Amino acid sequence: MSEPAMPSQKVEEVSYQILALSGNEAQALAMKQINPHMVAAYPITPQTEIVMTFAQYVADGLVETEFVSVESEHSAMSACIGGAASGARTMTATSAQGLAYMWELLPIASAMRLPIVMAVVARALSANLNIHCDHSDVMGARDSGWIILFCEDPQEAYDTLIQAVVIAERAKLPVMVVTDGFVISHAVHPVRVLPDEAVRHFVGAPQPAYSLLNVDQPITVGPVDLPDYFMEHRRQLTDAILEALPIVQQVGQEFADNFHTKPYGLIETFQTEDADVILVGMGSFCGTAQAAVEKVRREGQKAGLVKVRAFRPFPQSEIFKALRFAKVIGVMDRADSLSGTGGPLFTDIRAAFYDRLVTLKPQAVTSLVPCPSPKIVNAIYGLGGRDVTVPQIYQFIMELFDVAAGKTVSQTWRYLGVRE
Amino acid sequence: MPSVKDLAEKTIAVTGGHRACAGCPEPMIARWILMSSDRPVIAALATGCLEVCSTIFPYTAWNVPYIHVAFENVAAVASGIVTACKALKKRGEYDKEVNIVAFAGDGGTYDIGLQALSGALERGHRFVFVCMDNQAYMNTGIQRSGATPHYAATTTSPAGAQAKGKPQKRKDIMGIVAAHGIPYAAQAAPSHWKDLLTKAEKAFKVDGPAFLNVLIPCNLGWGFEPEETLELSRLAVETCFWPLYEVENGKVKINYKPRHKVPVVEFLKRQRRYRHLFEGDHKELLEEIQSEVDQNWQQLLSREALSAA
Repeated sequence: MSEPAMPSQKVEEVSYQILALSGNEAQALAMKQINPHMVAAYPITPQTEIVMTFAQYVADGLVETEFVSVESEHSAMSACIGGAASGARTMTATSAQGLAYMWELLPIASAMRLPIVMAVVARALSANLNIHCDHSDVMGARDSGWIILFCEDPQEAYDTLIQAVVIAERAKLPVMVVTDGFVISHAVHPVRVLPDEAVRHFVGAPQPAYSLLNVDQPITVGPVDLPDYFMEHRRQLTDAILEALPIVQQVGQEFADNFHTKPYGLIETFQTEDADVILVGMGSFCGTAQAAVEKVRREGQKAGLVKVRAFRPFPQSEIFKALRFAKVIGVMDRADSLSGTGGPLFTDIRAAFYDRLVTLKPQAVTSLVPCPSPKIVNAIYGLGGRDVTVPQIYQFIMELFDVAAGKTVSQTWRYLGVRE
Repeated sequence: MPSVKDLAEKTIAVTGGHRACAGCPEPMIARWILMSSDRPVIAALATGCLEVCSTIFPYTAWNVPYIHVAFENVAAVASGIVTACKALKKRGEYDKEVNIVAFAGDGGTYDIGLQALSGALERGHRFVFVCMDNQAYMNTGIQRSGATPHYAATTTSPAGAQAKGKPQKRKDIMGIVAAHGIPYAAQAAPSHWKDLLTKAEKAFKVDGPAFLNVLIPCNLGWGFEPEETLELSRLAVETCFWPLYEVENGKVKINYKPRHKVPVVEFLKRQRRYRHLFEGDHKELLEEIQSEVDQNWQQLLSREALSAA
């Protein structure tokens, strides 16, 4: 989505290279430049390339990182927790079943406030076994207290992984950087790569407040909480999540300012200002959707696009502001929640509108309203790697214009591009 | 082994005030093991009795750095600590020589923790894994585990009209661990505390993974009086139900050979978990247990003889 991140005239002071890289190669390269203390990982398609490329960097002595080739994703996350609690900068990567397998540890990592960074190459969850892209793996982990950032292309994957280290350590929360399996992970794009020193300077040295290795000041990590304390600790965690939103924004801003890249925020908008119909999506879909929106615009109708970059914490207010004047919103989910009520992004966005328009105190909404209450329709697309094309998206936008003109739909959510 | 006088001067790493059951030897054993290290220790615990009784927020019984993450992964957590330590040292960001110890119950070792343990042993991290083996899931209320011995009754292998306790034998965890070719694995019991301390000391000194399997007589789960813990431990050793031995660089050594092997029935009859074997005529089952004990002991003797050859 948006214009390619070509350098402006301001970038002379940063020498960069443009390399042809897949998403996985770009992320492995970012990891090399970050040079974390420790990487513990287990292979799984389509993430494997990140791990094997990184293992080669270790073997070639190009990084100082200790690489732990663990026997499972469960142990990968467990080792990362042990390492991060010991003050080491730790990273890992996984996909699908691997993410599901480490699920038990995800809320532990966040509740322990450990800044672990994980590249998640999104892939469908079984059954049936499918190695291709959708977001069902990430959605299974969406409420685990991790910051979740979606990327649209290898450039964003590279830039976001670097930002994630700073975000994690500043927010004291773990971060998932999500790329679409194969669509991003294996597709080669031109990627503007920063010099090693620039990356290392940007991420700096970790400054953990506590470490297990500090034997002179022993700490107890992960005690038992009975009902007299558990809720207070949860409350602190949710406060940390809220505080993470401005951190994501701020680090994106610092990155863009430092390296003269495109702006990185919580969401990205494309022609939403006057749009009657706005699509909302995440990941690689947004590039394809932009082409469809442009076609609609060329034909004289007002369509727009919102890309959600920060999915957790959910930037409810920013999304509301970007969407509030639309007549119809089309939410694009690359996962079905299987709740019978549509996809996860859909339910989040509907909740955002309900909160803003109905449940808040009047003084809290005066700055935002009046605005018409838009209709919100959901399309579930691209499951298990099913292609989503410009004509399909264009057709869906046209249907949303029909809804804007008063046509009713029988169901607020539906599958797009399915044989039924 | 350091002298008792030296030991008395060591910092108490696991303090009193924990909530272990009366008669439970686990905190005492943890303290002994930590005392056996000549370097500062970092402890990682699996979910289980020792973990839940020693760190109820806002209190902790641990005077050393401590982490608990989950049930099945303590070996992997320890791998992370060992690796972090190595990585920070490599960059000159840390300069202390420390020992890392993982504590798990038999569930966190024999069953749900086996994969993480096996992985960590195979990778060769320098850490000590201690299994506090009370032979069942005692923390959740005495359910059978892979460590529960033949015919012992638990709440998920109860005795009844059709069942005589656990129908299966226990896993040979020492054999499984030793098969990874790690430098040191040993079995110990709290009644023989000098032996236990010597083994812990050895375990902390080897360059690689070390494993200690420590018998934990559990008065609640086995069914005896709290003051009888060490007596039960001694009987387990004297009957050869729980041989004290070590596997050092592949060589088996039995550390204690009872002069007169006590019949296993003397150990069994003291415990409620075997009560059903003494109600009615179950002579053949008792004989079966005795023959299993004898067979294991004979195998151990021949493995030792083979190692010495």
